[in-house]
Amino acid sequence: MPIPSPFHPRTSVLCTSYLWKEWAGYHAVRSYETSHEREYLAFRHGAGLLDVSPLCKYEVKGPDAGRFLAYVTVKDVTKLGLGRVTYLCWCDPRGHVLDDGTITRWDDDHYRMTSADPSYAWLHRNARGFEVEITDVTEELAALALQGPNSRAVLAAVFGSELESLRFFRGVRAQAGRIPVEITRTGYTGDLGYEIWIPAQHALAVWDALVEAGAAYGLLPAGLDALDVTRVEAGFILGGIDYTSARKAVIPSQRSTPQEIGLGWAVGLERDPFIGQAALCREAREGARYAMVGLDIDWDELEHLYDAADLPPDLSPQAWRSSIPVYHGVVQVGYASSGAWSPTLKKNLAIATVEAAHAPIGTELAIEWTVDHARKTVKATVVPRPFFDPPRKRANVVHEAATSA
Amino acid sequence: MSTMSRGWDAIVVGGGHNGLVCAAYLAKAGRRVLVLERRHVLGGAAVTEELVPGFHFSVCSYVVSLLRPWIIRDLDLPRHGLEIIPLEAAFSPLPDGRSLCRWSDPERTRREIAAFSKRDSEVYPEFGKKMGQLARFVKPIIDTPAPRPTSLSPLALLDMVKLGRRFQDLDRDLQGTLVKLMTMSAADMLDEWFESDVLKAPMSVSGIIGTFLGVRSPGTAYVLLHHYMGEIDGAFRSWGFAKGGTGAISEAIADAARRFGAEIRTEASVASVLIRHGEARGVVMADGEEIRAKHVVSGLDPHRTFLKLVGSDHLDESFLATIKRFKMRGSSGKVNLAVDRLPYFASRPGDATCLRGDIAIAPSVDYLERAYDDAKYGDFSRRPFINVVIPSIVDPTLAPPGKHIISCFVQYAPYAIKEGAEHWPERREAFGDAVVDTLAEYCPGLKESILYRQVLTPWDLEQEFGLTEGNIFHGELSLEQLAFQRPAAGWAHYKTPIERLWMCGSGTHPGGGIMGAPGALAARAMLKKGGS
Repeated sequence: MPIPSPFHPRTSVLCTSYLWKEWAGYHAVRSYETSHEREYLAFRHGAGLLDVSPLCKYEVKGPDAGRFLAYVTVKDVTKLGLGRVTYLCWCDPRGHVLDDGTITRWDDDHYRMTSADPSYAWLHRNARGFEVEITDVTEELAALALQGPNSRAVLAAVFGSELESLRFFRGVRAQAGRIPVEITRTGYTGDLGYEIWIPAQHALAVWDALVEAGAAYGLLPAGLDALDVTRVEAGFILGGIDYTSARKAVIPSQRSTPQEIGLGWAVGLERDPFIGQAALCREAREGARYAMVGLDIDWDELEHLYDAADLPPDLSPQAWRSSIPVYHGVVQVGYASSGAWSPTLKKNLAIATVEAAHAPIGTELAIEWTVDHARKTVKATVVPRPFFDPPRKRANVVHEAATSA
Repeated sequence: MSTMSRGWDAIVVGGGHNGLVCAAYLAKAGRRVLVLERRHVLGGAAVTEELVPGFHFSVCSYVVSLLRPWIIRDLDLPRHGLEIIPLEAAFSPLPDGRSLCRWSDPERTRREIAAFSKRDSEVYPEFGKKMGQLARFVKPIIDTPAPRPTSLSPLALLDMVKLGRRFQDLDRDLQGTLVKLMTMSAADMLDEWFESDVLKAPMSVSGIIGTFLGVRSPGTAYVLLHHYMGEIDGAFRSWGFAKGGTGAISEAIADAARRFGAEIRTEASVASVLIRHGEARGVVMADGEEIRAKHVVSGLDPHRTFLKLVGSDHLDESFLATIKRFKMRGSSGKVNLAVDRLPYFASRPGDATCLRGDIAIAPSVDYLERAYDDAKYGDFSRRPFINVVIPSIVDPTLAPPGKHIISCFVQYAPYAIKEGAEHWPERREAFGDAVVDTLAEYCPGLKESILYRQVLTPWDLEQEFGLTEGNIFHGELSLEQLAFQRPAAGWAHYKTPIERLWMCGSGTHPGGGIMGAPGALAARAMLKKGGS
């Protein structure tokens, strides 16, 4: 049975729809209202506040912390500057992805890692020979994602205006009154946004402060249904949906390499040995068989299909996550694993795994689409991800004092 | 490199949203395009202005309903900053303290309507379904050029909505409804469905907006369909506020046009079209400068385009007469308020969620018809229909924290008041008072909260925004002025009697509102026929 997160006393009162799901053993709100529309709009036009406490969180400390993490992941995080965050994945010895997440370097010998699935045992098993201490802080550390164009203003109102200068993928320690928190400019919506890491006993106080300050900025508590639409617009992959962890794969074809899930850029090959290095070097030479692509599903064709059935186009406002065949001509060359109608872009989007030959931008493929219970296909063009990438996501605030100095 | 040296392929007169859309499409096709806007800001009637520091007003047009999704995709407008926030509610307060609020949640709406009529509450979704089916049926008309009837027989009325071929296939029941929509008044049509005046009144107003007709005037029912058109543009409702005001839409389109290489000049007033041997050769600016181009496109209304820019010397009598007969007849005004607090509606104390959409001061059908009575005899309505929105609730960037802007679309304010239109400036504040007094009946404390008030009469809309007779749609959206009759029979395809002079404004098919279709369809026609 799922357990409540540290924010449950607040979220359970607000969730008038009773729409919940299980997330890594926790109760998680799908949408507070019967429709997630307002929560989606808060992410894109105001600010959304999402409980992300169920993320797995590990403190990695000790003189070898950096070397250890560089060994178990695909990136040389010893080169990561203090107060910086990086997104990466980690592989088994055969170069197959186990999970993806972020690593933040808080001090010379102190890193924090997040993952979707529990990873303590795997980290611990590979720590032999490293002077490193690994602590699972998943339960001790509550977490909130504050995302949206107004998130910076809300953050500044609660934690001080110096937070405004926090740059993309950086982290900083801050305080709300006497409560110490850590803030990273990260998130899963592809928008301006932050994640706030809070000692669990102070979770409610921080929630209350953010909600109060957010009232003037259109802040709404948001659930996973709204997040799902934004993450598709952002073109982010989701472990367990868009790829299968090598840990859970039952047959070889279910496994993926970093390159096959679009994370080849995160891999640093030329360096000290790390888990999966040999296999990934081989793949770099020989090329990957599959690629993860963004698909823009042709709206006019789709509309015509519905029109032929005398129906208006009827797309769910929910993001979908099911395997749908993708064709080149009549030959199946892959499958889409998730997708959504983007209210912002007015486009019907999908994330798909296809044979590498069909991955170049502009390639015209076809995706299966069921209209009036009959299976049809619709043109789908390979387009770059992110689908939606507003400049504010990375933009820096330049203080007047700083420019005149 | 100067593009001037190579000459312009097209000059677009008027930087309204349709002119900008037209320019963007032409530039996207590789044409060298120059847009000339008389005012200091782009957007025409889709414009955001900071009238007082910190308060950003959608001065004229205030909501966006039918901006074509294919234009949004073609021009990649979200990348250029377009953000549309759907309206969440349709709120109708009543003077007796009751109120009706319709929501996107159908069950919630059903409960609201049931408080007035249990019967209506269950009929309401049936009506919506039928309108949705018919809207899908007539939708192609707004995405394609007007049909070309061989005659103007009564049957052409049906041909006009491309029904000719498909009409016969329609369900008998739907056929009947469609014919009724084409001929009946909005009030009569709704009477056939509903019993509650509280529901019928706010529904009927979509039939009269921008026309000099009343809710009981025949032909107004058709426009009800437009209200449902947005619903079928794709998942999620498409009626909304533009973040940053409606000017942000124009800015996004202008940005896209510039990215494709168009040049856009503001404070560039065009005096006339340069015509030689019946052919447009460019424009003459107000300061006498001549700018030459292979084609000229006017985004102005038909009256302005032909009677001012072209001039009667270049046009034959019958065409001139047709253009002069094209009904402008502005019937609405606008009152914009800056207030120091969120308005308090006595009928829903403490519930601000119902204000997150549009608010209709339309308590009964009789009320609306009485408002029309005033206008029929040359006066503004003492108790007008007001469509109120408070966009700063959903878009706090529009006003300083805690403060708000209120936009009031007001009907009726006839251009031709009995004193004569030029006397509007003397009646302006009295008109503003009538609006504020009316709204204050629902909203106690409103007057004390007003920090600033802008009153726009049809006269002001004409003088400041170049909308002839203050008509917000560049000509009434009445049946006889739609499709192949917009703006004149034989000239509904963006061409004009002057060679190389084109039209792309709301006075062309498919008409007004922030739709963009006239601009895009005009560009298509130009690229197909005369594109150099």
